[in-house]
Amino acid sequence: MGLIDYFRSAAGPNKGSASVAKERLRILVAHDRAARDRPFYLPKLQEEIVAVIRKYVAVDNDAVSVNYEQEDSQEILEVNIVLPESPP
Amino acid sequence: MARTIVITSGKGGVGKTTTAAAMAMGLAQRGHRTAVIDFDVGLRNLDLVMGCERRVVYDFANVINGEANLNQALIRDKRCENLFILPASQTRDKEALTLEGVGQVLEELGKTYEYIVCDSPAGIEHGALMAMYYADDALLVTNPEVSSVRDSDRMLGILSSKSRRALQGEEPIREFLLLTRYSPERVARGEMLGLEDVQEILALYMLGVIPESKSVLNASNAGNPVILDQESDAGIAYSDMVARYLGEERPMRFLDPERKGLFSRLFRG
Repeated sequence: MGLIDYFRSAAGPNKGSASVAKERLRILVAHDRAARDRPFYLPKLQEEIVAVIRKYVAVDNDAVSVNYEQEDSQEILEVNIVLPESPP
Repeated sequence: MARTIVITSGKGGVGKTTTAAAMAMGLAQRGHRTAVIDFDVGLRNLDLVMGCERRVVYDFANVINGEANLNQALIRDKRCENLFILPASQTRDKEALTLEGVGQVLEELGKTYEYIVCDSPAGIEHGALMAMYYADDALLVTNPEVSSVRDSDRMLGILSSKSRRALQGEEPIREFLLLTRYSPERVARGEMLGLEDVQEILALYMLGVIPESKSVLNASNAGNPVILDQESDAGIAYSDMVARYLGEERPMRFLDPERKGLFSRLFRG
């Protein structure tokens, strides 16, 4: 065992599980941080926008998407509404 | 005005209490009047690590409830006259600490102490929130291990949204990273996340790397903060951590694997 490990470690440091751990963490932490920076009111905002649109047009729940992005000092709130193809 | 430092992590068993004891002792040894507070209600352990468990008469909750005054509850360290310990309550009432009560105790300590070290319990519940709420500085104790790194990042989110400084729109808490239980041999073999890896993921200022060391267990067995053992790698690394916290430049040590002879390499001696 010792001998095999010795040659394995000589092959390079990226062969171990640490590089897998790093990659997984990098993705996870980036995702968590993006979610954390989002304003708390987004889900409620989305819900209410759908309710308002439904007064006039029959749309699905997923017809409205609300996205929030932060770039440097700029905050972008993007609301995208997909209307049905032929109005009833 | 005292500086309040929270020792936190989210995850348990990563070395918060060991670090709190080392930080407090290190600051006190350098001549700063320091108090260290155990926030782990119901699971008091800082007294044991500091070796003063038999001298506990009153605790943090007694002070908050007005059953004892602060000077009655504070235990003066026998090795360092600048160091005082405020033990946690062993009550099972998780709400023994209140924001108001904690704030009053910290304010009173702030009149006569330079540093207040808050040893947080694990988790993100009440006790952990109490420990970090008034912090000026936060030390995130992290093991080079996926769950610990993730939990530290969660804790960063909580510090930036639930702390007094965040809620009152003041200058944010200064956040530092401390890597503990570091094994340079395993990092060299690619089995463990390295210093640069963790630093890259969390993007925090690295205050120190504490190598995995037998001396940590020996120290807690005896009730001596490991920083007092200046023969050990961990003790020296903790001294470096305190020096860096106080603004000194110190290169990181104990990052290279121990050079083993061919015999022990072949047979994992």
